[in-house]
Amino acid sequence: MRRLLVGIPYLWLLILFLVPFGIVFKISLSDYAVSIPPYTPKLDIGAGWAAFTEFLGALDFENFVFLTSDDLYWKAYVSSLQIALLSTIFTLLVGFPIAYGMARAPEVWRPALLMLVILPFWTSFLIRVYAWIGILSTEGFLNQFLLWIGVIDAPLTLLNTKIAVYIGIVYTYLPFMILPIYSTLERMDESLLEAAEDLGCSRTQAFWLVTLPLARPGIIAGCFLVFIPTLGEFVIPSLLGGSETLMIGKVLWEEFFNNRDWPVASAVAIILLLILIIPIVLFQRNQAKETEG
Amino acid sequence: MNRLSPFNIVSLTLGFAFLYIPMLILVIYSFNASKLVTVWAGFSTKWYGELLQNEAMIDAAWVTLRVAFFSSTIATVLGTMAAYVLIRRGPFFGRTLFSGMIYAPLVMPEVITGLSLLLLFIAIGLARGVLTIVLSHTTFSMCFVSVVVSSRLVTFDRSLEEAALDLGASAFEAFRLVTLPIIAPAVISGWLLAFTLSLDDLVIASFTSGPSATTLPIKIFSSVRLGVSPEINALSTIIIAIVTVGVLTASIVSKRQISRRLREEAQAG
Repeated sequence: MRRLLVGIPYLWLLILFLVPFGIVFKISLSDYAVSIPPYTPKLDIGAGWAAFTEFLGALDFENFVFLTSDDLYWKAYVSSLQIALLSTIFTLLVGFPIAYGMARAPEVWRPALLMLVILPFWTSFLIRVYAWIGILSTEGFLNQFLLWIGVIDAPLTLLNTKIAVYIGIVYTYLPFMILPIYSTLERMDESLLEAAEDLGCSRTQAFWLVTLPLARPGIIAGCFLVFIPTLGEFVIPSLLGGSETLMIGKVLWEEFFNNRDWPVASAVAIILLLILIIPIVLFQRNQAKETEG
Repeated sequence: MNRLSPFNIVSLTLGFAFLYIPMLILVIYSFNASKLVTVWAGFSTKWYGELLQNEAMIDAAWVTLRVAFFSSTIATVLGTMAAYVLIRRGPFFGRTLFSGMIYAPLVMPEVITGLSLLLLFIAIGLARGVLTIVLSHTTFSMCFVSVVVSSRLVTFDRSLEEAALDLGASAFEAFRLVTLPIIAPAVISGWLLAFTLSLDDLVIASFTSGPSATTLPIKIFSSVRLGVSPEINALSTIIIAIVTVGVLTASIVSKRQISRRLREEAQAG
């Protein structure tokens, strides 16, 4: 009974989460071939040991060498990192004041405010990205509004630029930033602020010296929750970004679906995974510390 | 902290305006008579009519609902088991790996998960269709369920379970009669979360679906790529309405339960 309790979910994750990575790694070492499935060599388990060693011999790091030789991939990784990093900062700058305001709101309002943050999170991600196409296009609502109030004379090109991608990321990932920060701020003991003020801190000093350090676990969790998925984001750059916005998620998708080059797509995924291992491990440690503390 | 400064009020107002105005525009323009999505030409519900005539859309919606129902149900069972094991059981062999596999899918980019699952299905020769999407969705949503359920398991008093065991209940009875009723709200919200995650997923479904099974997000994505269309606005409005009603109902029900419990405790005390 007990064994089943551990065994079933464990086995499920091993087979459907861990083993697939092994397969991705194996295919990243294979070669592209015009066949179904489009790679070679294929492992034939029934063919004995000799076939297996031959199979191992046919694997090589050619695809990884290819990734370094074509600067499209290199640029895509760098630009994804840059976009993920900047949009995490933007999301923090937008999200923190909202979380802070929520935590300072009267207690009776808080459940309603929390609901207002969670509601968009339950609504379709795709639809929320789609909503911005109509707003950011040349004849879209934002341009109409700016022309009407007279800030600009000619419509701005916003859709299919990096700006649109940043807006899309901040918009869709905002709840992931607000919720962890809010939960740390809400738990905060208000008398600490009073103590700081009694001891001669100004309001601003108390914020920097007391509130911010206490909110740190929430800020860290929020930043990871935005940064890690954004790095491999596909939907936002493909709907809001143009051809100039290179992101690795989009490159992987195109390599797989348009070029049908599965070995190169797998190599792209493996490198993305290697880049992500460090932030993922840091995120887990932060979470583990939170639940224990 | 009941000291809302003008700064707090401004940031809350702007923040919520930013979150809600785009969706509001989407909803308003789904009732637009014009085909042009940015020019208002009078009130009309014709796009809703056209949507209901669109059989491909309705088929996709049906596939999506089936996938979401099965994957979220399996994910809830597996995720609750995983949470129970992680919180209630001491160390076991490979515990670190297990908790790593629970947390990693939460942040894993979908393109990687999708690609790896597809390559697995091809390697074992499983034909792509509803089944493969269900398997994939179950895998990542069970992790979300497990996180939601374990946060509830952490906070509740373990001595209740121990009392049941002392009074002669088997481990399974103690779980069914004591633990499950207490964590039920978390299990239900885990199920709801898994359900919406599945409804919403485009990337993993695109990798793991075959020609026989197209889900709604795949359909929406291919039509949105060609530009904005009022029919998609109508569809979005329906989805937003369902989600809003669902979330509000769930929160009102849970609030009632909490206040009833508080009342009962007050009476008992």
